[in-house]
Amino acid sequence: MNFAPFINGSYGVTLVFLLGLGGLTFARYRRAVRRLRAVETREAAR
Amino acid sequence: MNENVLNAGRTGAAGAWLHRFANPGRFLRLVRPALPWLAVFSILITGTGLVWGYGFAPADWQQGDASRIMYVHVPAAWVAMAGYAALAGCSFFSIVWRHPLADLAAEEIGPVGAGFTFVCLVTGSLWGKPMWGAYWVWDARLTSVLVLFFLYLGHIALIRAFDNPAHGHRAAAILALVGAINLPIIVYSVQWWNTLHQGNTISFTGNSKIYITMLYPLLIASVGFYLCFVTLVCARMCAAIMERRTRGLLLAAADRGA
Repeated sequence: MNFAPFINGSYGVTLVFLLGLGGLTFARYRRAVRRLRAVETREAAR
Repeated sequence: MNENVLNAGRTGAAGAWLHRFANPGRFLRLVRPALPWLAVFSILITGTGLVWGYGFAPADWQQGDASRIMYVHVPAAWVAMAGYAALAGCSFFSIVWRHPLADLAAEEIGPVGAGFTFVCLVTGSLWGKPMWGAYWVWDARLTSVLVLFFLYLGHIALIRAFDNPAHGHRAAAILALVGAINLPIIVYSVQWWNTLHQGNTISFTGNSKIYITMLYPLLIASVGFYLCFVTLVCARMCAAIMERRTRGLLLAAADRGA
């Protein structure tokens, strides 16, 4: 039996999950930092 | 002195200590500088474990190359269970000491843990087909892990199901604590029932049934997966704290303007 599709599929799913969730988390983190900095700067200027 | 008074004092001291370290602002100050390092180590160690397992670890004498799926399936399963244990721990802290940080951690652990459980189920299914001839069987181990996945989904749904977030956190914390009974069922399912899933291969008491050349990449991949989990949860918690702070500042500004 050719195991390659099952092995590649397992590693593929894992990598897509880790990279996908990592990317989404990084994007959310950066957005949160940027928004907080913008609001704090605006409040300090008042 | 009365033993109850002593115990109450001890609980109070522990509660005060936990409150001191469970402050969201202090958490942000401590964790934010460590996040880049955590991310780098997560990528390096996970990458090492996966490349070693995929390309360099020996094939199993019975299963052949299909055993390479172990290097993603087993770490994902361990992290899925450890994540749920952490979720139950946070829920306990939330119910007993009402820590805002425990609620926040529980909220952010849920989706990450559900993701790792999903990976565990999919990779297990892809391993099952060439070994058992079926992607899925209603075996005790597989079914209990599927229940774990549904518990995670239930927690994610319940925590967001109420208009008052405190009610959602309380209900989800109770679900997480009750669901923790599933963890020993997962671990011992292969001993309590006659399962198609193989028994425990790795033991910390010295009776491991895995050769060292396969154990090393497995342990490295596992450490990498644990680090990925911790990094993702910490980054999500930091983002959530900053989002709440932003919302608070905007609300205060709106109140002043009104």
